[in-house]
Amino acid sequence: MSYVVALKCRNCGEKYQIKPISICDECFGPLEVEYDFEKVKENISREKIEKGPKTIWRYKELLPAGKKIVDLKAGLTPLHRADNLAEKLGLKELYVKNDSVNPTFSFKDRVVAVSVSQALDFGFDTLACASTGNLASSVAAHAAKGNLNCYIFVPADLNVAKITQTLAYEPNLISVEGNYDDVNRLCTEIAGYYNWAFVNINLRPYYAEGSKTLGYEVVEQLGWEAPDRAVVPVGSGSLLTKIWKGYNEFLELGLIDEVNTKITASQATGCSPIVTAFRSGSEIKPVKPKTIEKSLAIGNPADGYYALRVLKESKGTAGSVSDEEIIEGIKLLAKTEGIFTETAGGVVVGTLKKLVESGEIDKDEKTVIYITGNGLKTQEVLISKVAKPIKIKPDLNEFEQALSAKQKILVKEAGIW
Amino acid sequence: MVTVRLATPLRKFSDGKPEITADGETLQEVIENINAKSPGFADRIIENGEIKRFVNIYVNNEDVKMGKGLATKIGKNDIISILPAVSGG
Repeated sequence: MSYVVALKCRNCGEKYQIKPISICDECFGPLEVEYDFEKVKENISREKIEKGPKTIWRYKELLPAGKKIVDLKAGLTPLHRADNLAEKLGLKELYVKNDSVNPTFSFKDRVVAVSVSQALDFGFDTLACASTGNLASSVAAHAAKGNLNCYIFVPADLNVAKITQTLAYEPNLISVEGNYDDVNRLCTEIAGYYNWAFVNINLRPYYAEGSKTLGYEVVEQLGWEAPDRAVVPVGSGSLLTKIWKGYNEFLELGLIDEVNTKITASQATGCSPIVTAFRSGSEIKPVKPKTIEKSLAIGNPADGYYALRVLKESKGTAGSVSDEEIIEGIKLLAKTEGIFTETAGGVVVGTLKKLVESGEIDKDEKTVIYITGNGLKTQEVLISKVAKPIKIKPDLNEFEQALSAKQKILVKEAGIW
Repeated sequence: MVTVRLATPLRKFSDGKPEITADGETLQEVIENINAKSPGFADRIIENGEIKRFVNIYVNNEDVKMGKGLATKIGKNDIISILPAVSGG
């Protein structure tokens, strides 16, 4: 049963019936799903959640779910205690929320699962989206499983692996000559002409709610406690605001006693309108992205205004990192924790390192970093930045010679030899 | 005459049509001219002399917020799109 009662404008408060719209007629503000929280309260408990499915649907009372779902089993991804990385950075207690192991290898399966369920309820037969890559694969996969038509729009310079993965599900993939903001603008126009379920445009209020589950899960996995600090990758700003909303809904429902989480935004310096606005105390100024980090490369972030509000309200902070630091971040997470992330994860790890070193993140804070996409998706940025394999013939002597040479190098590097 | 493409919430000012034509040498003038025929139009997209936070306006697919805003010069065959700010990759 759904406890959704209306759509409400976040800007002016105007209410609307549940239908496939995302913008307030009065002020153009974004619409958000509203629930009957009293009824949710009567029907939710820690025990009930813990007995639920091992997917995002364990929180179905807090999601705008339709009657049908296309279930690829998104969610309930691992929360790793990251002692090696913590030690390296000098932190006491660090956790990695590894959302790169979702069905299509990014957190987007959460938002797509929710919006597709709603699309089926509205009677759509065609799914569509504007994507920087991860959303593309997720929408295409859900369309395949749900036997729905599918149109995906991406910037032409997208990572090869993301295009290949998406094409494997056989959607109609439209490669647009331009950056993500161009693609998004085009899709917003197309959505006004075609009766399709654009998951992140006309279904955006429902879609965005799926991200709350990244807040819920971390709280549940920490033993029903919100962390002191959460470091989140930021593109449009939607994920960051919804993680905060997730923590606070659990508080409102009495499932936890307090939320003192300092929410921290991380962006690539080559596309950091939200970080720049936060650090300079100004309004968000749109930028043209120039970075290897494509999935967060949104120069004109629609939820930026609300993301800034969350940073201030939660007494959080924001940081950005160069392309080089992104690659270092990817490698650092891989070699300390065995988790291979895409460039967005490199942004998060790099920002964490920077903010710990500068003292903005206190070493005693219980910190969670959100890793939202898989390293196999952006391998090309690493190819020239990792060591070469040791080549040998299939011969034992040759192996031993190579090993001995390697050991000599290791000993030399350690300064013993 | 320039073509102005309208987001769905603005189509109440165009009898439901997705596109209209209008005159004007700057974006500001085009909006004022539409407003003269359809009062209330400008208030939906402009506040205190600026384009509203949740509105994006494109001239020939270029975001005017990155350029001269309402002072953007408009040529004869230009296409203006007035759209809501929505995004998320």
